[in-house]
Amino acid sequence: MNDRSAARAAAPTADKRLAIKLAVRNLDFYYGKFHALKHVNLDVAERRVTAFIGPSGCGKSTLLRTLNRMYSLYPGQRAVGEITLNGNNILEPGTDLNMLRAKVGMVFQKPTPFPMSIYDNIAFGVRLYETLGTRDMDERVEWALSKAAMWQEAKDKLKQSGMALSGGQQQRLCIARAVAVKPDVLLLDEPTSALDPISTAKIEELISELKTDYTIAIVTHNMQQAARVSDYTAYMYLGELVEFGATDEIFIRPRRKETEDYITGRFG
Amino acid sequence: MSEHTSKQFDAEMEAIRSGVLAMGGLVETQLQRAIQVLKSSEVDMIGAVRADELSINHMQVDLDQQCSQIIARRQPAAIDLRMVLIVVKIVNELERIGDEVKKIAYKGQEMQKPERLSSVRLHEITHAAQLAETNLRLVLDAFARLDIAAAAEVIFKDEAIDAAFLSIMRQLISYMMEDPRTISASLEIVFIAKSIERIGDHAKNIAENVVHVVKGKDVRHATADQIRAEVAQSAR
Repeated sequence: MNDRSAARAAAPTADKRLAIKLAVRNLDFYYGKFHALKHVNLDVAERRVTAFIGPSGCGKSTLLRTLNRMYSLYPGQRAVGEITLNGNNILEPGTDLNMLRAKVGMVFQKPTPFPMSIYDNIAFGVRLYETLGTRDMDERVEWALSKAAMWQEAKDKLKQSGMALSGGQQQRLCIARAVAVKPDVLLLDEPTSALDPISTAKIEELISELKTDYTIAIVTHNMQQAARVSDYTAYMYLGELVEFGATDEIFIRPRRKETEDYITGRFG
Repeated sequence: MSEHTSKQFDAEMEAIRSGVLAMGGLVETQLQRAIQVLKSSEVDMIGAVRADELSINHMQVDLDQQCSQIIARRQPAAIDLRMVLIVVKIVNELERIGDEVKKIAYKGQEMQKPERLSSVRLHEITHAAQLAETNLRLVLDAFARLDIAAAAEVIFKDEAIDAAFLSIMRQLISYMMEDPRTISASLEIVFIAKSIERIGDHAKNIAENVVHVVKGKDVRHATADQIRAEVAQSAR
């Protein structure tokens, strides 16, 4: 298994022009005694979209949650191995988790706007890390909302509650909030599974625009979505990384039969 | 290949697969009829060949439609995607074979008229036609079983058809030089021989598609050695 994971980890590395933003090495993850991730090795390429697919319970969300140590909020959950971000192993005990999560932002399945105005939803996170004057903050809010393709819709109602927006707008607001602190990496955990097709298309469009500046990792149940938005796809099953490679290859000619069975709907 | 979670999807994939085999079977029958025409002046097969061609055309349109439906509804991936794509291509090849067969039958019938009987004998091209028929049958079997060794065989065997075509050409050229009165009849035979050679090419294209669906590799412009290596790799 170790050899296999190591071989798969080569996928984006094979292209020498790509920088590796996050390098996962021999990662094991435990929920108490349950061994949820087994010897995962994988490289997340900089300014590319990496998608994690697999059936429920395969460990894809768990893997995503290790990338900004979201799991550290919960006792009994632990990761063993190495995840390198900008040369630092983020699994080291001394890691500043607040700074880490500013570098590695996350957006969840259900839109989670704070019960405050649209403006404050964006400004809230920024204030945690930076002290900006009113004008600078205004600029930052506009910049973040523009990045999330929301400025035109939101500019006249910045004082309105973020909770009053539609589901798709709320999700884009959450993406704007994540982008506002200028992270390196964006983690998207099923960002469109609660959205209608139009909002989904907008988020997907947004992903392809954001990847010019950010490294994006996305977990999705929708295989066509992974095929549409990602550059690299990882197929996981029972906590193992089964296959990892260029999306162009995985959906046309996967190397492993398990991957083929899953993406063609022959699974289970 | 194991079954899809969606049984309906399985049924749709099976329908296009068996559709290709039914269409291929009809093209085979049509080719056999055309060969009958080449062999003997006694038989009148033109009506049947024309009817076959119409059915083949209908099947082409129908199978294309089914493939579009599968793409639109199922968003097939990997082997399913390759299968749908090659079915569209194979259907196209089969339809063209049908067109060539029709030409052979028409020209053959024309050549069999008593006033056209010349020193050029039709039975010389019957052999080439039978080679093409064999390749068509083999490639349909290879598709039915997704057997890439058999498909590779068809690719290699196409050389024999090409060789037969060249040999016919050489013979016809000497006829025409010896006796200019045979030129008109010889030219008709050139067209028949060319159609046969094209049928061989279409069968070869189908064979390449079979390799593609199984291996996920496009061998359309590969050398014989590369194809052998591909097949050997799977046999292991």
